[in-house]
Amino acid sequence: MNGEPLLVLLVEDNPDHAELVMRSLGDHRVANKIVHVSDGQAALDYLLHKGDYQNAVQHPHPHVVLLDLRLPRVDGLQVLKVLKETESLRQIPVVILTTSEAEQDIVRAYDSHANSYLVKPVGFEEFEKMMLDLGFYWLAWNTHPKS
Amino acid sequence: MLAQKALVLLVEDNADHAELVIRSLGEAPIEKIIHLTDGEMTLDYLLRRNQYADPVSSPLPQLILLDLRLPRVDGLEVLKTLKTSANLAHIPVVVLTTSNAANDIAQAYEYHVNSYLVKPVGFEEFSQLMQVITAYWLKWNTHPKS
Repeated sequence: MNGEPLLVLLVEDNPDHAELVMRSLGDHRVANKIVHVSDGQAALDYLLHKGDYQNAVQHPHPHVVLLDLRLPRVDGLQVLKVLKETESLRQIPVVILTTSEAEQDIVRAYDSHANSYLVKPVGFEEFEKMMLDLGFYWLAWNTHPKS
Repeated sequence: MLAQKALVLLVEDNADHAELVIRSLGEAPIEKIIHLTDGEMTLDYLLRRNQYADPVSSPLPQLILLDLRLPRVDGLEVLKTLKTSANLAHIPVVVLTTSNAANDIAQAYEYHVNSYLVKPVGFEEFSQLMQVITAYWLKWNTHPKS
């Protein structure tokens, strides 16, 4: 609904899932740009402009974060917690995208203020359908904090 | 992914907008839309006070669509109370408003709104948005069971 380029940060260590997400969002031109990182530490580095991502102009804050839970180095729930406790980041919508249907994960994610929790469907078609709905919802319809 | 029938709580004081939402949601797999017109009533309902004391006749919704400018208690105040109440904090709250003010948007996210949507002007677009909302929050989004 606005003219600025729409950026998605995808935090996903499974290359098949990452490709599926990027293909679904990219093919249909839902997102203008998808930054993919594959572990929790890289996600925090990107968001906090540390390590490889110190240049804030080259690495702008995303409009939405798609966050897997089981991640190498730093767990997804920990990434979520840091994000939602950091003043400059906590307004960014975070959508958990995981295979876990465990009640404990769901509750902990909402307790740490995840904006939404999605369980990855098993079939490719359902997965793609969900990604399209997700993409249009967060990028075309949702209103983001003005930075 | 949720069972077929869901309960949606609509908090909206503008009668025309409420009718538009209810009409647009007509096709969605929704069991019931509860429509309340001010913030105080909404808190009474969710906190089961006064006329809403009976949990059987006042069940908690799976989704809350919340206007911001409301009589008696403001929408942002409702949101804040909701998101700081342990048994209500997990219910997705989507703000649905005409306000595009940076202040309102920032404050809503600070109070942990799940999503913030500005009402489209035309009926077609409004109706389309309602389909998107129900598909996303009632079909795809996963809630805690309790």
